[in-house]
Amino acid sequence: MDFSRSPEQQEMFDIARKFAINEMIPVAGKYDEESIFPEAIIKKAWELGFVNTSIPAEYGGNGFGLLDAVTIGEALAYGCMGMYTSIMCNDLALAPIVIGGSHEQKEKFLRPFTESPKLASFCLTEPGNGSDAAGIRTNIKEDGDHWILNGEKMWITNAGHADLFVVYCTMDSSLKHKGICALVVPGDLEGITVGKKEHKLGQNCSDTRAVTFENVKVPKENMLGKPGEGWMIAMKTLDHSRPLVSTIALGGAQRALDLSIDYSKERKQFGVPIAKHQAIQFMIADMTQKVEASRLLIQKAAWLSDNGQRNTVVASCAKAFAADSCMQITTDAVQIYGGYGYSKEYPVEKLMRDAKLIQIYEGTSQIQRMVIAREMLGK
Amino acid sequence: MNIFVCVKQVPDTETKVQPNGDGTFIETSSIKWIMNPYDEFAVEQALLVKAANAGSTVTVVRVGSVKDTEALRTAMAMGADDAILVEADDNLDSYSIAKALKGAIDKSGKTPDIVLCGKQAIDDDCLQVPQVLATMMDLPSVAVIVGFEQDGEKVTVKREVEGGALEVYEVNTPCVLATNKGINTPRYASLPGIMKAKRKPMQQLSLADVGVSADDRRVVYSDFQLPPEKPPGKKFDAMDDAAAAGVVAEVVGLLRNEAKVI
Repeated sequence: MDFSRSPEQQEMFDIARKFAINEMIPVAGKYDEESIFPEAIIKKAWELGFVNTSIPAEYGGNGFGLLDAVTIGEALAYGCMGMYTSIMCNDLALAPIVIGGSHEQKEKFLRPFTESPKLASFCLTEPGNGSDAAGIRTNIKEDGDHWILNGEKMWITNAGHADLFVVYCTMDSSLKHKGICALVVPGDLEGITVGKKEHKLGQNCSDTRAVTFENVKVPKENMLGKPGEGWMIAMKTLDHSRPLVSTIALGGAQRALDLSIDYSKERKQFGVPIAKHQAIQFMIADMTQKVEASRLLIQKAAWLSDNGQRNTVVASCAKAFAADSCMQITTDAVQIYGGYGYSKEYPVEKLMRDAKLIQIYEGTSQIQRMVIAREMLGK
Repeated sequence: MNIFVCVKQVPDTETKVQPNGDGTFIETSSIKWIMNPYDEFAVEQALLVKAANAGSTVTVVRVGSVKDTEALRTAMAMGADDAILVEADDNLDSYSIAKALKGAIDKSGKTPDIVLCGKQAIDDDCLQVPQVLATMMDLPSVAVIVGFEQDGEKVTVKREVEGGALEVYEVNTPCVLATNKGINTPRYASLPGIMKAKRKPMQQLSLADVGVSADDRRVVYSDFQLPPEKPPGKKFDAMDDAAAAGVVAEVVGLLRNEAKVI
């Protein structure tokens, strides 16, 4: 057993961390405050190879494994959880094409993402169903060479900037998950309406919107897999993306921990730095345990995937544990900073607001527990 | 053009350094190494020169321990073509390092057109290697450069001097130039660059291979110590108007008699 990063992974981590510290952290507060989409940062990140880590080398990608991707992800999320959500969203949106697409589809849809900075959105959730993803109402009807797509999707990351949408829809809602299909929908097709940018508690730089599809004519060859295979593709995508989403929590938690350590050594109360008080020491110790354990779970989930093994249980463990830990750790960071922590002049309140979303998106912490329990107890 | 860049590997600025057991250097076992930041400017300048002169190559040269080759790998990930590593202790003196660098450049089989270095290493801050190297190679040199323009075999460089003034020099290649902050903005190594760097050639030489022996050492280090801890500062309360005059007199007295700064 070997817990060390390869020299190349360490270099990737160092470069991504340097990028996070020099390019992301200095503007993260302003981007959050003013809800600025980090277009310039995503472009720079793309130039350095941080975006689209899932695209295989034969379609122009860097040929990274998931362990490489989570190594990079942790370092970038350290800079800003919201910005990394927008960066990582491409992996979530493109993974269904990597998993379920034919050679022609991969060549057609993935390669352009390696040639210029483009964004993609993953459209699963709808206004009426989030956790109950199989209850999809967005539907398709056959029309000659096309599918006619109708429906509304909700909380779609990067929707306002997306060049391509991967849309989950049903050909017959009575078939439940057996009727679900995955369609690649180019952003310039007629009938796509993108809603206004949602005002959120945190991760404000990330672009979140509703997307409406009204009689959108999608070429038949844009369906991933066969009709009805969409659910299987979505579940495999989530096995792949959950370790990556978990790194958003891990990166944010590590930053909250680092800030807490620095601050508690500086801030003096009762004549000594507060780090000398056991109450603070125990909080730092608890934060450290959770950060270390989150990282190990994420690495194991990624390692299983890279080695062709089913990772559903560990990926859900990683997602639930890292997200819940990040919420606790960032909340404790605000506590350690005290009054200053509650002030927007200091960076920790943003971490706490950003963290909350990770317990909700891509399967809430409760859904992760359902997945784990179902796998452990049998259906 | 054959461009050479001499880089040093230094402890990460966030590393807490400790003297080693026998006091001849710092303890290196748990240090995270980085490329000397001033050398990043040299690497970037080399890559810019390469881009402007088709068919050029950039070779990075380093003298130091082989346990970690971070600096050379970073330089190649940024875009340098190959690397030469001369195995040596990390506490070699400037003279030995310069002689080893010259030996490595000679051994490369390529005639240098430009040799770039950082102006100083941030660990020992000696500021000597570029000048000693230039003397040994019998080449013109300019150090602390913040501007660079090339016109064929003529290079015009700007050199920062005390007080912020600039000196402008015209130098013919081949030459040795030592870069300062401000000359350019070093690029990040890209992830594909890191993957490509794995396959780039790194030649490894011993000090003997480059003609350096123990007799070349001009400086022997001993008794490395941490600086003494600063005594705590003194606080004076002059918020009370009535007491203010007395406090001022006391502070002036201390500055004059104890700190001896006025």
